[in-house]
Amino acid sequence: MDLLDKFDAVANLKASLPFKEADPFTVVMEEIISETEAVINGRRTILAGTNNYMGMTFHDEAVQAAKQALDDFGTGTTGSRSLNGTYASHKKLEETIADFYGMKHCMVFSTGYQANLGMISALGGKDDYIIIDADSHASIYDGCSMSNATIVRFKHNDVDNMERRLRRLPEDAGKLVVIEGIYSMLGDAAPVKELLEVAKKYGCMTLVDEAHSMGFCGENGRGVAEELGVEHLVDFYVGTFSKSVGTVGGFAVSNHPKFDVLRFVSRPYIFTASPPPSVVASATKAIEAIKHGGNRRAHLWENARRLHAGLKKAGFNLCTDKAESPIIAVHLPDAMISTKFWEQLIMEGVYVNMAAPPATPAGMFLMRVSVCAQHSTEQIDEIIKRFRTTAEKVGLELKPE
Amino acid sequence: MAKAETIEKIYELIEPLNKKGIELGPDVTFASDLELDSLTVMDLVAEIEDEFDIVLPLNLLPDLETIVHVADAVDKIVDEG
Repeated sequence: MDLLDKFDAVANLKASLPFKEADPFTVVMEEIISETEAVINGRRTILAGTNNYMGMTFHDEAVQAAKQALDDFGTGTTGSRSLNGTYASHKKLEETIADFYGMKHCMVFSTGYQANLGMISALGGKDDYIIIDADSHASIYDGCSMSNATIVRFKHNDVDNMERRLRRLPEDAGKLVVIEGIYSMLGDAAPVKELLEVAKKYGCMTLVDEAHSMGFCGENGRGVAEELGVEHLVDFYVGTFSKSVGTVGGFAVSNHPKFDVLRFVSRPYIFTASPPPSVVASATKAIEAIKHGGNRRAHLWENARRLHAGLKKAGFNLCTDKAESPIIAVHLPDAMISTKFWEQLIMEGVYVNMAAPPATPAGMFLMRVSVCAQHSTEQIDEIIKRFRTTAEKVGLELKPE
Repeated sequence: MAKAETIEKIYELIEPLNKKGIELGPDVTFASDLELDSLTVMDLVAEIEDEFDIVLPLNLLPDLETIVHVADAVDKIVDEG
């Protein structure tokens, strides 16, 4: 019995997509010119699908700090946070993040994926319930699978649907509600205030993942909960360094007095090497920069609104009525047109994410664009122009207002 | 064996998803017969939860391959109150 046979359906689906010149799932970045441009297949390409929202990947202080850390501390820690992998810089980074969130405690994980895995799997014990949004990121679903809790799923962003489910659960059971501030595929914001208020009404603890909202939502860039003034209802924040912070790693913050015990029970925290000193140093500098990054924040939102308005005016079918985040998702009718569109767009010199089921909700095919604070206004206009050219070349009908 | 009325109710909820017009019976499977993907099955479970006012945890899903599996699970949860 060949254990790989069970994936034949996936392989066949992949093979059925008529990519000729380029393939979204095997893109190689040959050269990175800046936060917003790369060379792909020998072609100079505008990057519009990198989640590099605040454009921190070439931030001067972050780069310098990383180089210095390489010289001073070497290439890696070669160990777990629980053994030899905690350096003074890891503690400093945790303090920086706790300070950024105005909370008492922080744990740094090696990736954002592991932060969700580590928090959710540790919090959800055998007799507990974890209540999640149907469109949750894979790391949330996987954290649930790894926990011993009973998993209850509610309809995406639907407060009543969640409440109906909470009402059915035992009053005195341990309950964790997990939501995201911004959902990464469609770029839509959650009704965080209403969801958290209902969660608290039913005695739940709450975890809010601000991976796609940290840096630019809320006055200090803490995310959607800050923007809506409901941070007091958040028991745990989870976030990542791989988007606005411009490197890799993840974190959780909390005011809970017993928070630190999670360092001894969270397996994805313990059984892996800690992030390397260079990553830790650049993350620390980038978060400090984000805290004072009002100008970048403002320009990022200008870019997001300009792109949304431009694509809407051109007649594309957008997944949100307005720009709710720097993620602007364009809905295409089916797999075939989506394939042709992505391929033509990359030939025109624009990289976006082609998103397909099951990563997308409701079987949708998307051109998922994410804008960067370092995109110039001219680049945004160029992206819009090339989207229009592409639509014309692949015969996608546009419906301008 | 599940109650007939539970099975009937589940047929009703499945009908809009039954794009191929498969004849529904207790042993019809969601994946191979009805060709529903896992996300659609999860959405169907949500409708069943609301219809019967119960919690059908995601953890049970891997064991619920046929209509009668779901109906049995529903009856069991309803009985346990």
